[in-house]
Amino acid sequence: MLAIYKRELKAYFTSPMGYLFIAFLLFVIGIYFTAVNLVQGYPWFGFIFINVTFVFLILVPILTMRIMAEERRQKTDQLLFTAPVKVVDVVLGKYLALLTVYAIPVLLLCLYPVLMLTLGKDMVSMPMEYVSILGFFLLGAANLAIGLFISSLTESQVLAAVLTFLVLLVCYFSSSLAQFVPSSENAALLFFTALIIVAAVIIYVMTKNVFLAAGAAIVLEAALLAVYAANKELLQGSVAKLFSIFDISSRLDNFVYGILDLTAVVYYLSVAGLFVFLTVQAIQKRRWS
Amino acid sequence: MIEIKHLTKKYGDHTAVDDLTFTVKKGQIYGFLGPNGAGKSTTMNMITGYIGATSGDITINGYDIFEEPELAKKSIGYLPEQPPLYMDMTPYEYLRFAAELKKIPKSARKNMIQEIMERTMILDVKDRLIKNLSKGYKQRVGIAQALLGYPEIIILDEPTVGLDPKQIIEIRDLIREIGKQHTVILSSHILSEVSAICDYVLIISNGKLVASDKPANLTRHLRDTVSMSMTVLGDRNQIQKVLEGQAQVSSFWIRESAQETGAWDVDLKSGDSADLREKLFNAFAESKCPILKMQTEEMSLEDAFLELTEEKTEPEDTAETERASEPEDGAEAERASEAEETPADQTEETGRQEGGN
Repeated sequence: MLAIYKRELKAYFTSPMGYLFIAFLLFVIGIYFTAVNLVQGYPWFGFIFINVTFVFLILVPILTMRIMAEERRQKTDQLLFTAPVKVVDVVLGKYLALLTVYAIPVLLLCLYPVLMLTLGKDMVSMPMEYVSILGFFLLGAANLAIGLFISSLTESQVLAAVLTFLVLLVCYFSSSLAQFVPSSENAALLFFTALIIVAAVIIYVMTKNVFLAAGAAIVLEAALLAVYAANKELLQGSVAKLFSIFDISSRLDNFVYGILDLTAVVYYLSVAGLFVFLTVQAIQKRRWS
Repeated sequence: MIEIKHLTKKYGDHTAVDDLTFTVKKGQIYGFLGPNGAGKSTTMNMITGYIGATSGDITINGYDIFEEPELAKKSIGYLPEQPPLYMDMTPYEYLRFAAELKKIPKSARKNMIQEIMERTMILDVKDRLIKNLSKGYKQRVGIAQALLGYPEIIILDEPTVGLDPKQIIEIRDLIREIGKQHTVILSSHILSEVSAICDYVLIISNGKLVASDKPANLTRHLRDTVSMSMTVLGDRNQIQKVLEGQAQVSSFWIRESAQETGAWDVDLKSGDSADLREKLFNAFAESKCPILKMQTEEMSLEDAFLELTEEKTEPEDTAETERASEPEDGAEAERASEAEETPADQTEETGRQEGGN
């Protein structure tokens, strides 16, 4: 794991990618910091995080697109997976390298609240600022895990970057989208039925087993109808709730207000853990099919 | 050392490796031979644990590659078809990374890398970026990587593909050198290579093992036909007559010689392995047709390979495309037997066909 971590980290800094990532992140935050905190003298650094979550849409694909895809294209994964190393270690080594590259600008951000002390000592709440920086780091960590997973699905860096961008974009807008979704039970029924059909098609494509796909669809649909028949109200607003699961960015809000929101911490760590796990599974599946 | 039992790999409906069973013993160089797409790389990828098998067992030094992959992989060094090199590293950095990946103790690493770089002769390029190296050097860096940790088994997938003749010779010498201390399995579709390096040959076709023996034995039992090529001065009809007079000659082809004016090139095959040279010499001398050149062609490993991979394949398979330019064995045999009855027509026909070559 350590070998892969070191190699990966080095690769980011022998190519322009690592520098580009760090420079761009610091540049965007620097603009806001200068305009809001320094020029206007607004004593709340965390506030700008809410406005800059969009940078992940661009930066995460830049950092993660090559991490697994390039190994597959260059066939260097043959070295990794024929060495006496577990797949989990390979993936974890890579993920930790991603986190390290990301941690460098975040650590630099920790200096910003100190800078703001020059504006006035009692104006700035230091614990609040550092909680928001922690939240910002966790948000990035979750996004990077998603990028890592998508990169493991393809051997084309470009495709990985585009897919990661799209997925993060959908997540980014999911809170806004949720507002437009009708909250009635019937709409929910239709929506979930459509979702079940999509799931069945995916099962069919992956297993080529008609009975399994149809069976899964029938069972899920029956369960859905049972819920609908038993307690209609349960479905009310459920679509919006579903959308909010994917809403990664707005969980940052509590951190920014200085609340160490444990559910959000758990959420971010779960997202990161889930996608690292899925990456391992995606690699294992490809080896065995 | 390596035991493979009923190994099968299926990709959807396509069976890449079909019920393969063989054993690899210590201290020999094994050649894995087969046409492109025969399943060589797939088999090697399974032995090294890169991909899983649909069914079957692979045991390496007593460890099952699928059950205890970490332990089994420790005794294998693998160079895949495309060397798994990171282009943004130098050979030295790369080998250091690979050594760490293979869990070679830190204290032994430096000396081992130095020693291996000496053996594979990459010392003079050790600080250049791998992407700037020639193909021959890249291949050597790949081999150096396989040697790290001195595993008991070294597996090389088509190690000489895409190299120039000088590099091929160098790599072959290197492999022979490695074979003195390690068990080597190498795959190739080049027969001369396998017969030159290997102690033992496994021929695989369409995922099935069709033959496994020492290279010499493989050709021996197939050497029941002798073919001969000669250049004879004289009249075409007369040459034909002489050849027809020889009962042992089962088929022959006559065409105008490209090098000698007024001479004819003759290719012939005999039904048994008896030496025909004396008889032919006397026969041609009697009819005053001087023989300018005469040469027996022994059945090469190449012929053995083609015969083995062809007999057992179905028409649509890859082995077929390999020798699409040549007539099928069956058809040839038929022609040969007919030649006895109607030699004149037959020679004309086959003569024209061969003339194209």
